[in-house]
Amino acid sequence: MTPQPLLSVTNLGISTVQDPRTLVNNVSFDINPGEAVGVVGESGSGKTLSALSILGLLPRGVGVVSGEILFNGKNLLTLKPEELRQIRGNEIAMIYQDPMTALNPVMKLGKQLLEVIASHDGINGQSDDRVRALLSEVGIPDVNRAMESYAHEFSGGMRQRIMIAMALLLSPKLLIADEPTTALDVTIQQQILALVSDARKKRDMSMLWITHDLGVVANLVNRLNVMYAGRIVESGTVEEIFRRPKHPYTAGLLSSLPTSTGTNRERLTSISGVPEKPWLVGNSCGFAARCSRAQSRCHNEIPLSVVKDDSTVACFFPLGSK
Amino acid sequence: MRNKEEKAKGALHYYLQSTSGVVGAVLVLIMVIVAICSIFGFTPYDPVEQHIEDILQGPSAHFWFGTDEFGRDVFSRTLEGMRRSLTVSITAVSLAATLGVSFGILAGYVGKWFDQLVTRVSDVFFAFPAILLALAIVASLGNDWYDTALAIGVVYTPIFIRVARGPVLTVKEMDYIKISRVLGFSSFRILRKHIFPNVFAPIVVQVALSLSWAILTESGLSFLGLGTQPPTPSLGLMVSEAQPLAAFAWWTLVFPSLFITIVVVGLNLVGDGLRDALDPARRSS
Repeated sequence: MTPQPLLSVTNLGISTVQDPRTLVNNVSFDINPGEAVGVVGESGSGKTLSALSILGLLPRGVGVVSGEILFNGKNLLTLKPEELRQIRGNEIAMIYQDPMTALNPVMKLGKQLLEVIASHDGINGQSDDRVRALLSEVGIPDVNRAMESYAHEFSGGMRQRIMIAMALLLSPKLLIADEPTTALDVTIQQQILALVSDARKKRDMSMLWITHDLGVVANLVNRLNVMYAGRIVESGTVEEIFRRPKHPYTAGLLSSLPTSTGTNRERLTSISGVPEKPWLVGNSCGFAARCSRAQSRCHNEIPLSVVKDDSTVACFFPLGSK
Repeated sequence: MRNKEEKAKGALHYYLQSTSGVVGAVLVLIMVIVAICSIFGFTPYDPVEQHIEDILQGPSAHFWFGTDEFGRDVFSRTLEGMRRSLTVSITAVSLAATLGVSFGILAGYVGKWFDQLVTRVSDVFFAFPAILLALAIVASLGNDWYDTALAIGVVYTPIFIRVARGPVLTVKEMDYIKISRVLGFSSFRILRKHIFPNVFAPIVVQVALSLSWAILTESGLSFLGLGTQPPTPSLGLMVSEAQPLAAFAWWTLVFPSLFITIVVVGLNLVGDGLRDALDPARRSS
């Protein structure tokens, strides 16, 4: 009954090439057609690297060492560079964190957007209209003027809207969003979230949303993967994870969110300690050192993901169990 | 901030605001017109024609810049010499800019061993004084104008490699280049349409400055007897031939030297003006 996933990442391992240091370990997740999946984790937990490996754009000196990434049945890791280039932008697009430097400063906006079409389908009579339609869809007020403007003439929020238009231009099947709202004001952040959400539903597009902010993804995605020290420690539907977090780390993350319902003026709880480096975890649970439930077993063994119903958790002593 | 007037102010507007740029452009323009006149034969006399009756005449209504020891018209020869200097320099700098910018951008973008190779080779070229290297190349190639142009072009290629490579290293790390790759642009398209325009400004300035150096190098080579051969006129050669005559026929030395000076100063001023016009940080209101 389960549909064929659009993207299926299996046992992905990423490591530095020289002096091997594991950065991402044994990561597996699926994205079904039309589904929005969130990846939550702290800086350095491997969430961005996992996303970049899908596009084959890992930074120099970092490489995939194990696993496979199936997109529409094709293994992206074994495709030729030219085949992968065709998929980028066309079928998988990405929006970035910082919109301020994301537009070419010496190219007019209209031309820049047309470049996306030119590099894949080739320009034709309708290209210009396509660009205009998308710009107005993402809420650019004066499209004709915007087409003739340069990047510095737009605010950060406007630039992020333009970036979204650029990513959506060729109607990709999968949109990867790497913390696209981090650099924006909270009010603008809400507008961008709504914009992406609407555009996604309209196109029945799949989405991978990477963030460190649980609050951002709550209303945006269907499923969540929580990453810690290069591994997925918990995954499940958003409702499940918010109501009944099983991994102590997820529970810690949730309890450190500010709430609007609390009546007491209590301090926000935080998880003590600093996140472990993925390559120093070795044969233990990465979270063991900061975990209140940790026992000796947690320091000597890697907890494997246990599948239960629709969710998985990698913990020997998950919450909600005896 | 964003009104129409502001937008209309392009690079040309800023260029015209720089006094040195305008003066330089006028000087260079005069020299170019002079050179074009000589192409179409608009010179008072044939530059190699010898007027035996009028050897070493001073400037007069007949011979504006006087005549040399063979009775040839110095004015016609100076014009012809300017044309040759400009032809050689423009050819040389076009060659150097094309080669240097291509290799420089590619080296900066590709990096790794290719960058190492290109950078090391250009370091080796830099180690030689320009005139010495050009001399060696001309000596082994020959004395036609295109040999001189090739020699000067090769000598100035490393400068363009450096000027192009540096900014590419910065620009290729910018998010908009990363996004171009994320959106599946081909490397060629990224280089041509997204990186090149961003490193264009310093290259244009370098072209103007290199042209002036190339003219000096060409004159230097001819002066040393390795460029243009007699009786064909060349500014450097004329200065060389005028040397023993300078004491009693100053006009044979002064006019070609003056033309070299004017065109070199003019090109340098143009370079300054371009730099000011293309660098937003230096724009004076």
